[in-house]
Amino acid sequence: MESILAFIAEHELMIYFIILSVFVGIEVIGKVPTVLHTPLMSGANAIHGVVIVGAIIVMLNTEPDNYALLGLGFLAVLLGTLNVVGGFVVTDRMLEMFKKK
Amino acid sequence: MDIQILQYIKSIIYIIASVTFVVGLKMMSNPKSARKGNLYAAGGMTLAILATIFCHEGAVSPVIYVLIVAAIAIGTIIGWLTAKRVQMTKMPELVSMFNGMGGACAALIGLMEFHHNIGDAAKVSTIIAGMIIGSVSFSGSIVAYLKLNGSMKKPLRLPNYNVINTIMLIAVVVFGAWMVMSGTDSSVMLYALFAVALLYGIMFVVPIGGADMPVVISLLNSFTGLAAAFGGFLYDNKVMLTGGILVGSAGTLLTIVMCKAMNRSLFNVIFGAFGESAASGSADDVHGSIKDISTTDVAVLMNYSKKVVIVPGYGLAVAQAQHVIHELEMLLEERGVEVKYAIHPVAGRMPGHMNVLLAESNVDYGKLIEMEEINPEFEQTDVVLVVGANDVVNPAAKSDPSSPIYGMPILEVDRAKHIIVNKRSMNAGYAGIENLLFYNDKTNMFFGDAKKALTDLVAELKTM
Repeated sequence: MESILAFIAEHELMIYFIILSVFVGIEVIGKVPTVLHTPLMSGANAIHGVVIVGAIIVMLNTEPDNYALLGLGFLAVLLGTLNVVGGFVVTDRMLEMFKKK
Repeated sequence: MDIQILQYIKSIIYIIASVTFVVGLKMMSNPKSARKGNLYAAGGMTLAILATIFCHEGAVSPVIYVLIVAAIAIGTIIGWLTAKRVQMTKMPELVSMFNGMGGACAALIGLMEFHHNIGDAAKVSTIIAGMIIGSVSFSGSIVAYLKLNGSMKKPLRLPNYNVINTIMLIAVVVFGAWMVMSGTDSSVMLYALFAVALLYGIMFVVPIGGADMPVVISLLNSFTGLAAAFGGFLYDNKVMLTGGILVGSAGTLLTIVMCKAMNRSLFNVIFGAFGESAASGSADDVHGSIKDISTTDVAVLMNYSKKVVIVPGYGLAVAQAQHVIHELEMLLEERGVEVKYAIHPVAGRMPGHMNVLLAESNVDYGKLIEMEEINPEFEQTDVVLVVGANDVVNPAAKSDPSSPIYGMPILEVDRAKHIIVNKRSMNAGYAGIENLLFYNDKTNMFFGDAKKALTDLVAELKTM
């Protein structure tokens, strides 16, 4: 329990950061017209692919002879890439159709 | 280069990437800048990934670099090809699938990091939370994917599924809390928790009806964002935090907006799933007869109208009839008929699905009218053509309190002079509810596959 409290105190700035980010997210999305809801959902979907950065960090910190972890890490980076690349490309395809007007 | 300088560069790149995420999402709120916004965010993402790999502190074996690059290369090729080849109608399920991949990635990070952080309760709780949420998002998204592509058609409900699910949710949370409190380093327990979280994700989505899948995908999307944010907290990584939290809050807001469009609460979508009340107010109490109409009659009726409103639905997407409907619209406009499209916020399988689909066939934005604006116009409309839509025009939503969709705002097409409904058969809509509109005196049924029926109609009109 104490370590959790200490964690909160240590990361005070981080917590401010999180709270403000939540409001930025709401503010930025709040004005999107219905027309763009699907591409928006898809674009947001691509952005949370940033989780791949975490997978890469784990891989970089793994010892080269720990095959089990490397295997999991490889899979994680692969899935994260699918999320990022697939997400952005599909969003681009949806939005491409709007441009000709 | 100096290690320290590389760290500075990484920090700066992370700041740039975070800004591109915020600005990119902002630009997506306007059709003109949306595509550029997406590209900005993609550019920022690429930079962040490169910086993570190449500005790493400490020595790394070349083998690991090879593995990372290989994984990214394979993922890029598969992701790119899948996204490029998918048909417009399949996009919603693809988004769900990609979302699941992100969730799985977050869950795997949890599995890998757990053992490194035993003893640090705060970090372990972050890891466990990220892993649980990622797992639920992964298995839930896969179920949503299967439901959308039709592999899992009927919602599956165990008796008392709400009670079972609630108990499971509590069990997952308690299990996770125990993992943190006990300070255990047992791999068996970790994988058991992983398995229970996956199972919960399945149980969570399985009872929810297909019509509610957009809401579920949006919710799971925000879950994955949250899981990414936990990862950011763990590594003190600001770009993961910004990206994750942005999507977490944006996804939640979008989910609420979608629920509002259906006039239901999120609680109702998750726990009240369609079906319980559906049994009472369905098929048996429908009386009256339906009237068929021929292609020629539809053509004549439309040709001599002043104003036609088209109501597109999922059937239009399935039949790939978006191009021929645009042809019909242009043909009618040439003859001096005013044509508009009435867009229900949840028509199709995702909000905005119809807009995306019609944009593909170059329909002018100005003709896509949202529900609140078009409803008052139905009084002056001569012909309403409903193509493959069902629940969004079902008058039971207004008149029958026992109907499961009661209270959902609908397109009030029954105020128009004539209603023509194109459908393949008399089957009920996605929500599985009988539609009284079809038995309305003003309604004529124009049976047939949307693409074929509309092509015939266009051909018939051209002869007039």
